[in-house]
Amino acid sequence: MQTSDSNLISAHARAVIDEWLAKYPAERKQSALLAALREVQHENHGFLTTELMDAVAAYIGLPRIAVYEVASFYSMFETKPVGHHSISVCTNISCMLRGGESMLEHVEKRLGIKVGESTPDGKFYLKLEEECLAACCGAPMMMVDHVYHENLTPEKVDEILGGLA
Amino acid sequence: MSATLTEAPKVEDLVTIEVDGRPLQARKGAMLIDVTDAEGIYIPRFCYHKKLSVAANCRMCLVEVERAPKPQPACATPVMEGMKVFTRSAKAVSGQQATMEFLLINHPLDCPICDQGGECELQDLALGYGSAVSQFTEGKRVVRDKNIGPLVQTDMTRCIHCTRCVRFGEEIAGLRELGATGRGEHVEIGTYVAQAMTSELSGNVIDLCPVGALTSKPYRYSARAWELRQSDTIAPHDCVGSNVHAHVKGQVVKRIVPRENEATNETWISDRDRFSYQGLGSPDRLLTPRIREAGQWRECDWETALNTAVAALQKSGSGLSALASPSSTCEEFFLLQRLVRGFGSQQIEHRLRQVDFSADSNEPLFPALGGSLAELERADAVIIVGGYPRHDQPLINHRVRKAALRGVPVIVIDTLAQDYNFELADRLTVAPSRLSAALGGLLRACADASGKPDPTAGQYAVDPATVEIAQRLQGCQRIHVLVGSRVHMDPQRGVLLGLLGALCALYPAQLSLLMEGANAAGAWLAGAVPHRGPAGRALATVETHPKPAASTYLLLGIEPSADCADPVAMRSALQRADCVVALTAYATPELDSLATLMLPIAAFAENEGSYLNGAGEWQAFGAAVKPPGVARAAWKVLRAIGAQCQLAGFDAVGCEEVARELHDACDTLAPMPAAYQLLPSTAEDVVGANTLERITQVPMYRVDALVRRAPALQQMPQAGDELVHVSPRTLERLGLADGARITVEVGEVKVATSVQMDAVVPDGCCLIYAATALAAGLPASVSVTLVAAGGRGD
Ligand code: SF4
Ligand code: FES
Ligand code: FES
Repeated sequence: MQTSDSNLISAHARAVIDEWLAKYPAERKQSALLAALREVQHENHGFLTTELMDAVAAYIGLPRIAVYEVASFYSMFETKPVGHHSISVCTNISCMLRGGESMLEHVEKRLGIKVGESTPDGKFYLKLEEECLAACCGAPMMMVDHVYHENLTPEKVDEILGGLA
Repeated sequence: MSATLTEAPKVEDLVTIEVDGRPLQARKGAMLIDVTDAEGIYIPRFCYHKKLSVAANCRMCLVEVERAPKPQPACATPVMEGMKVFTRSAKAVSGQQATMEFLLINHPLDCPICDQGGECELQDLALGYGSAVSQFTEGKRVVRDKNIGPLVQTDMTRCIHCTRCVRFGEEIAGLRELGATGRGEHVEIGTYVAQAMTSELSGNVIDLCPVGALTSKPYRYSARAWELRQSDTIAPHDCVGSNVHAHVKGQVVKRIVPRENEATNETWISDRDRFSYQGLGSPDRLLTPRIREAGQWRECDWETALNTAVAALQKSGSGLSALASPSSTCEEFFLLQRLVRGFGSQQIEHRLRQVDFSADSNEPLFPALGGSLAELERADAVIIVGGYPRHDQPLINHRVRKAALRGVPVIVIDTLAQDYNFELADRLTVAPSRLSAALGGLLRACADASGKPDPTAGQYAVDPATVEIAQRLQGCQRIHVLVGSRVHMDPQRGVLLGLLGALCALYPAQLSLLMEGANAAGAWLAGAVPHRGPAGRALATVETHPKPAASTYLLLGIEPSADCADPVAMRSALQRADCVVALTAYATPELDSLATLMLPIAAFAENEGSYLNGAGEWQAFGAAVKPPGVARAAWKVLRAIGAQCQLAGFDAVGCEEVARELHDACDTLAPMPAAYQLLPSTAEDVVGANTLERITQVPMYRVDALVRRAPALQQMPQAGDELVHVSPRTLERLGLADGARITVEVGEVKVATSVQMDAVVPDGCCLIYAATALAAGLPASVSVTLVAAGGRGD
């Protein structure tokens, strides 16, 4: 039926997945899927491919579509190739009131891309963040590679982005 | 959930509720919608389906429940003592209306160009609960359609995300192919990457989808629901005898849909039963009688055709032999055998793929399950031997699957390791020459485990695998042994059935014979075998196999090369005959070269008659449409021939009259169970470095002339191929690459083709699909030799 190469998953990622699988009863192995995708995405520089999702399905023993469903549902999974560093600038209410939108504009100008796009060199990805990132007290804020940066100013943004390899 | 599995509730399990002021008794914990449905109280719904799990995601079934703060979904609300429900109160109706408004927000409202129009649940409910004007002025979303194969058409913008199709895939088909990806407004139902749906039951999502998102691809844009006339008939491909409706426009069958019958097909049908009707419109259809004179075919009228047929039969006398499709009707079998026997011949056969007839005198009255289909679900162990019900009888596999999901062990002993859509408890895959040894070993292990003497007195060896299976069976009360097509095609059929009979006697277990075609059971009862007349009457004829060459052949609904065990021998017998009269719905190049006379007959929905299914139920059906051209129902053609030959018993006015005569003969019959005897095994090892044992599977979409001409099904992977399938290890041993060109040799016959790596085949064997051009070129054989193209030498 479905044959896929779970060899695409590194030994380290397998170990991580196994650890998560051990936490759940065998008939609930689907519960380990989020953690598995997170690890595999991380090792693949921030995005998933169909082959990788298939590999995860084969490794855990799930129908492929069950993996696609989860990967496409959660906004923290990317199912298309994106730039290496993931940048999310919050523009929800608190941040908007404190200049979040102009921060976003600043980032867009600096990187030369629009929100939702990646730089042609594949270095940066300006992610479209759907909702409040829950750091309103430090608004305006942005998240870069899972790290929160608060009370942003254009200078601070330049400094953060300039410091990225 | 299934009614057949639940016993009548005890009084203490009942609660009293009130719906719209009406007091009702219901089983504690039952879902409200099931209770109201049983009482005929209507609650609107989309996602609820009685055969699927509860999803409660559409919210169309909202009702008011006393003391509940908000309306509750009836499909997910269990009944409780004293509960008061209002299905039509202002609160309930406003909930239903609000749901409808939301559902319509993103719906394209493209009913005029939608195939579902006129039979759409959304349309119907929008009429009852929708508002005439939408408040939604924003842009609607659009979802790109997906190509999910040749059978199901998608128009995904219309989808309302009820997930019936998704749950069907997981819960019924056992193949999770469709899913809901994305989220919120971006949810899409599909296969994510362009993938075809490959389940043999996939077409059922067309019926399940409440809107026009999933519709029939072959039917697309060809008729409107209100133009169709509905007739009842019976699906003609397997021994389930699924009940179906033929939907007809003018004199054309536009589509086939299931007719609910809990005892046979429940609410489902297989894709084969659903789409094979396409074969009715094949350009191959024979529309007028054709006669061959001095090597030239010409069309003729019925009178000439019948005169020619009658003259040929009269000339042949007892040299007459009839071969009938196992999907012929009881009436056709009955008249055909009467005709043959009227000429003093006993040569009538419907078991065209069978080569070993050693068990003839031990056969039951008719081959069947020996019980109802639902009994399979209640089994506590199922053993499938030598066959692939998933493709051969998809809805029998569905019943077995339900048992397996309850935790019942299902064990497969076969020569191919084919894929099942449920988990097998054990699987024994052996080469054909080892099948008797495997069954003998199992018999001995089971005898040992139950403390009984081994009926074969230690003739076969046990191994750990058979001991494990024997242990599993210990203590089981309702064991079903399903005997599939590969046993019936086996040159050692009698030996295998002897062992299986002895195995069943140990417990006792139910021996169920799964035969090819829709009406093998009817064929036996009607007397379409050489050694038994109608109603199982034993005949004194001493049967000789191989059969003596006949001087005249009468073919009923068969394609000689595709339907017979040995296509090469069959063709040469027909070539040598003086006359070959083919009653056929199709004029094929093969019949052009082999037949002397072709008589056009009705196919499937054009035909009337009855089938006896595997559960032993007679199912009669009438014609839904007229046959094309001057074609006639075969029973009428046989009646005309018989009457013109001045034989007795060919004067029935209607088809029912023929059936009645047969029924009357069968009414008083004593049961006649199978009495298979243990026979010595004659299996031989196959020798030769390049010689492989040969395994056969009739592809599910090549089982008969009708389905072979259904274009949509022919595009499916289940239609088989023209390759020699070999295991990876054997390929390596032979020094062949996957896909390498080879010559297949059987004796003097050589056919060129390619090899296909296939892990379902055991080492040292090969799988060659029957009813293919490749198989048609090869004589029957237990083995074949593969030679790399370009010469011998590995
Ligand atoms: S495609 Fe049809 S059955 Fe499937 S979720 Fe959409 S509306 Fe429901
Ligand atoms: S609005 Fe930006 S973090 Fe909450
Ligand atoms: S039918 Fe109850 S929520 Fe869909």
